[in-house]
Amino acid sequence: MATKNYAGVTVDVNEEGYFTDPGQWTKEVAAEIAKEEGIDLTDKHLEVLDYLRTKFISGEALSIRGINKSGVVDVKTFYQLFPGAPLKKSTKIAGIPKPSSCV
Amino acid sequence: MSEENKYPIKKVNIICAKGTIEDIYAALVMGNGAVMEGIEMNLFFTFFGLEGIVKKWMKKPHTAVIGNPAMRMPGLGTRMPTWLGIIPGLEAMVSGMMRKQMDDLDVPPIEEFFELITAGGGKIFACKLAMDMFKIKEEELSGHVSGVLTVGEFYELSGGEGSQIIFT
Repeated sequence: MATKNYAGVTVDVNEEGYFTDPGQWTKEVAAEIAKEEGIDLTDKHLEVLDYLRTKFISGEALSIRGINKSGVVDVKTFYQLFPGAPLKKSTKIAGIPKPSSCV
Repeated sequence: MSEENKYPIKKVNIICAKGTIEDIYAALVMGNGAVMEGIEMNLFFTFFGLEGIVKKWMKKPHTAVIGNPAMRMPGLGTRMPTWLGIIPGLEAMVSGMMRKQMDDLDVPPIEEFFELITAGGGKIFACKLAMDMFKIKEEELSGHVSGVLTVGEFYELSGGEGSQIIFT
């Protein structure tokens, strides 16, 4: 297992850079990972990350449809906030595992 | 997965030519999956695939209970005898069960799937020849369809490095 240093905090990550312990996550850490992904975190980003973390911690599966229905963000905005591969990027920044969902 | 892929897929062009639940959804799941990965995606509906984009047809796609040897009895796992398929209403019931199961797994209805795909930048097209054959006018198509193409236009659209054409 690898470790990475973000904002002065050492975190455990897997070979793809996803957190293995979501408890090590902080907002400062998130901002650093986002920068690595070419994203400047805004309040809206944080709101989405918070939603993703809450969902993950309560054991619910993440899907693009679920995000659209969440009331936090619509899919179009979600794609704009995390351009490219939004679900993969946002979960990485949120310090939770990569979702295994196909939808 | 962590090894760097030298030849990543940059664009997929998916052709859906058949209109059962599984045909349409295979195309939708693959198309949406590509969009979610940040891959440029064009989805092209032709022949019976039009079932998936004509407004009045797309709400309740069906699956075949006759001529489908892989159909199994729900919960039992044994094959469904082909002759059962002739029972009136059975196809509708089986199709309804499949749609329900997909909904439970967060697989959205077609129109909502189109919404997710187009929100992410994926594009949906209809085939001109098939529309002429089935006598379908453009205004009868889902609002998410961005155009009607000839085969030549489809190939033009599909060009580029790292681009793939998939016929489902």
